[in-house]
Amino acid sequence: MINLKINNIPVSVKEGTTILNAAKQNNIKIPTLCNYPDLHINSECRVCVVEIEGRKGLVTSCSTQVREGMKIITNSPRVINARKTITELILTNHDSNCNACAKNMNCELQNLSNILGIDQARFPSVLKMEPIDDHNPALVRNPNRCIKCGRCIDVCKNIQTTNILEIMGRGQSMKITPAYGKYLSDESCTFCGQCASVCPVGAILEKDETDKVWDALHDERKRTIVQVAPAVRVSLGEELGLKAGSIVTGKIATALRLLGFDDVFDTDFTADLTIIEEGNELIKRVTEGGTLPMLTSCCPGWISFAETYYPEILPNLSTCKSPQQMFGALAKGYYAEKIGWDPENLFVVSIMPCTAKKYEAQRPEMRHDGKHPDVDVALTVRELGKLIRQMGIDFESLPDSEFDNPFGITTGAAAIFGTTGGVMEAALRTVYEVVNKKPLEKLDFTDVRGLKGFKETTVNLGGADVKVAVVHTLANARVIAEQIKAGTSPYAFIEVMTCPGGCIGGGGQPYGTTTEVRQKRLEAIYKVDGKMVIRKSHENPAITKLYEEYLIEPLGHLSHEYLHTHYHQRKKQKPKHKNVMATY
Amino acid sequence: MKETKIISRRFDRINPVSLDDYLKTEGYTGLTKALKMERISIIEEVEASYLRGRGGAGFPTHIKMMGLAKETNLPKYIICNADEGEPGNFKDKALLEKDPFAVIEGMTIMAYATGATHGFIYIRGEYQEAMSIMHECLKKAREEGYLGKGIRNTKFDFDIQIRSGAGSYVCGEEFALIESIEGKPGRTRVKPPFPTEKGVFDKPTVINNVETFANLPVIINVGGKEYAKMGTPTSTGTKLLSLSGNVKKPGVYEIEFGVSIRDVIFDLGGGVKNDRKIKMVQLGGACGPVIPEYMLDMMIDYERFEEFESKTGSGAIIVIDDRFDLFDILLKTVHFFEHESCGKCVPCREGHTQLELLIRKFNKKEATTKDLDSLESLARVMHQTSLCGLGQTSPTSIIASLRFFRDEYIDRIDHPSNL
Amino acid sequence: MLLDKILEKYPQQEDSLLEILLAFQDAKINHFISEDEVRQIASYLHISEAKVCSVLSFYTFFRTENKGKHVIQVCGGVPCHVESDFNVAKTLEKELGIKVNETTENQQFTLEYTSCIGLCDEAPAMRIDDKVYTKLTPNKIKAILAEYRVYM
Repeated sequence: MINLKINNIPVSVKEGTTILNAAKQNNIKIPTLCNYPDLHINSECRVCVVEIEGRKGLVTSCSTQVREGMKIITNSPRVINARKTITELILTNHDSNCNACAKNMNCELQNLSNILGIDQARFPSVLKMEPIDDHNPALVRNPNRCIKCGRCIDVCKNIQTTNILEIMGRGQSMKITPAYGKYLSDESCTFCGQCASVCPVGAILEKDETDKVWDALHDERKRTIVQVAPAVRVSLGEELGLKAGSIVTGKIATALRLLGFDDVFDTDFTADLTIIEEGNELIKRVTEGGTLPMLTSCCPGWISFAETYYPEILPNLSTCKSPQQMFGALAKGYYAEKIGWDPENLFVVSIMPCTAKKYEAQRPEMRHDGKHPDVDVALTVRELGKLIRQMGIDFESLPDSEFDNPFGITTGAAAIFGTTGGVMEAALRTVYEVVNKKPLEKLDFTDVRGLKGFKETTVNLGGADVKVAVVHTLANARVIAEQIKAGTSPYAFIEVMTCPGGCIGGGGQPYGTTTEVRQKRLEAIYKVDGKMVIRKSHENPAITKLYEEYLIEPLGHLSHEYLHTHYHQRKKQKPKHKNVMATY
Repeated sequence: MKETKIISRRFDRINPVSLDDYLKTEGYTGLTKALKMERISIIEEVEASYLRGRGGAGFPTHIKMMGLAKETNLPKYIICNADEGEPGNFKDKALLEKDPFAVIEGMTIMAYATGATHGFIYIRGEYQEAMSIMHECLKKAREEGYLGKGIRNTKFDFDIQIRSGAGSYVCGEEFALIESIEGKPGRTRVKPPFPTEKGVFDKPTVINNVETFANLPVIINVGGKEYAKMGTPTSTGTKLLSLSGNVKKPGVYEIEFGVSIRDVIFDLGGGVKNDRKIKMVQLGGACGPVIPEYMLDMMIDYERFEEFESKTGSGAIIVIDDRFDLFDILLKTVHFFEHESCGKCVPCREGHTQLELLIRKFNKKEATTKDLDSLESLARVMHQTSLCGLGQTSPTSIIASLRFFRDEYIDRIDHPSNL
Repeated sequence: MLLDKILEKYPQQEDSLLEILLAFQDAKINHFISEDEVRQIASYLHISEAKVCSVLSFYTFFRTENKGKHVIQVCGGVPCHVESDFNVAKTLEKELGIKVNETTENQQFTLEYTSCIGLCDEAPAMRIDDKVYTKLTPNKIKAILAEYRVYM
């Protein structure tokens, strides 16, 4: 333990603790801006400076470790003045039109200005307004709000290894943009939205589609159908003021009905369906000598990544559509037929923890009639929160209700799709029983659970040991892709998720997602699974009925029409627009 | 007062690219002696000499050497910082062009003492001539067994590569320089870890200024104690000065620490051109303080410079006569830093732009008393909170001018309506 | 291809980037690096184009568009400023008929400011391409430009 004094109060903390954390442990929250748990400490904003007795300059508390006998003052006039000045400087180059910003009241810069009591701008604004990039279906980049904290680059470069965003130029005209200031759509961006998720201000946001949803909800010709992804039920609560890890499945169903949706369904249903199709595809590939390892295909960011960076491994991808798109196709095909509605008058909305789902919904492959998108709008959890707030719903006091049928009966296997390792575990529960023709003794595959980036386990299928792996983040996806390319992959089946933690850490989840928060959501997900009566996809009676009534058999003719797809090498677009690079 | 020519003794007397000339003038005697010494004794000699970094910060060289010597993570690197880019500094250029082998020898001695096997000389891209001279000298040293494997028939391996800058002043900052050698933009890293633990390619690294290296052969030859007799007790040895501006004889001069600025300007530089009056002198280059004529008896040593909250003892002296306006000079200085800021940290990135706007107001006589407060506060905050030496030292000229030339600021406040 | 020849001299690692860019721009006749070339360098080093651009845009040596055949850089340092009885940049602007940061219509000259070039003791100084000129006077500038114009 290290003994030191913070504001004259003796404290002791573990060796290696930063001043910032030492203060926090002793109930003093030093203001920060660029700092974000899980990301690299860059000490770029300089807001968290403190005074150390005996040192002339001020030091950043985020990057300085405590030492024995240190005397730290966190609030001297010199410190306060420095923090204020620095914040004022940031504001000179930031579009401070806060009322007209989606991050209003949810902005770390605004919060900082508020804490420091910034009242008048001492320094004039030098902001040069630049065009906004909203030329893709998923993300909007507004450079005028960017404060160059570098968090987006950190996730894009180090966690996702795509490195689309970089610092261009230097000094005051430094910018964070893709190469040559091009649109994100012109680059190899997967639209994973991790950049948006860590942006402290409103410089990168999901493309807001709430207005489209309001329009549809109030269009009398339209029947509105909504689906809710597995990970949403453990995170929407946070968006609406509840604790991290709150399970709000029943409240979501009630809220969606209050918003006016005609059919309130659960994506968990098509997650179960995915397991049936994908499980059978795996069995087929293993027994008939298909391309192995087979790779999961429910994550659209991962699909874009493979299509762009590893076209060689496209044959390894499962041909199953994602649960979102299976749902869309079934809604506008099977369900439209069943209820006797013209699919053109159905409006399918999905609530997703994801920004890439917006991109996926727009893909031309995802129109089973070749014309109309199967999913009309994919909203993030944050956007659903917006709808609920706009409507003035008191979410916390809402009673629970059930999802509608037929796409409301689901299993625990589907629920765990929301976390890394979940798709694998759900698949193994089914594949094991189908192949071995005996019930599993233990349903929990604990080897593939948890937030470790690269997990593996071995299962006995039909007498043979089969190795499977689970990865999340594109940095880890790259590792398995390289193995496959080199022909050294020892696995038969690999689950890949783009975002850290899988969908619970998705780019469309409430702000403030950290490892700690992911862990809470993950635990909630397994709690949901544990409480389910049915925990294996192949035991879902509604799924059995769907095959009996409609699809006939897994991987059959109709399955191929509605539930499977194909992939293309994704080439860089010819730039439609070019900014002049920030050079001197 | 006369020059004390120690490390400049070969200037213009030998053919700089001739190894023979170098050897004839006691060249490589330091290394030869060092190779027969215990490694630790070399560092002890340097400690006894109390050699301090000549790039400006004045950090004791032996502490860096000891730090590197202790590291066990191999390979270890020695970097010569020849990214001399500060307006008013050209003494490193003189060393590189006029006595390049001394720099190579110094690097080799330090490598031997610390167990480093790889060296880089990072030369600013603008110094094309110095670069070609260095290339030639490295080649010759390699051919004659002064670099490469088994130097002078010992088991000691060391070689040096040249890396060129590409137009960025901030790359003179040690971590920015390391990033640049790694092929990246020159943006500094968060310390700790310091370069001695995790430097270039995350390996232990020591970075020193060109002039620091050039001192090592001398120290080994004469002995640390003897060397320390030169200069003052805390600023030992000699210093190369870059004298420029409105003096009769500008150029590079070598003096013992402790002489006065006035003596340098008048005895060595021949006084002010056309015998005009001195308005101010900028010390250390753009990031140094501006001082008025009455301060010229100030002694040149590390301690005096620190009084100005300036780390700069790089040895530039720019004489500015009474024809010039303070705010024109400050404007040029601030503009330089605005252009060279890497943009990584807020105070430096946004601060210089605001400093420039404020100085411009004083220049145009449009300033208010509030502007004076803002300027003073901003300059101090930048000095105290910037991430690297650039932003920490760039406001020095403004801070010093607020002290010594405050009247001129007051004069420029647009009286009385803006008060 | 020139770029291929240069690339193969360097290992396929990120730290070659700055050296490759310097060597290539230096060797290429019109001394600038195009978007296609950026793409090729990025793919050779297995890094993103954005990464290459970030280096390209950080260092002032690099050019991403065609400039004049000769680039004239005027020192903007304080020593050069106080040692000139005339305005070097203004004189050049007048002689060339362009402003700083512009290129002459015949694509022969581009005029720029540069940070100190370390010739403060021979101020004022300027650089044309790799050559430095010191102790400038208005007449000397005229003579220097005349020389370049003869060899146009």
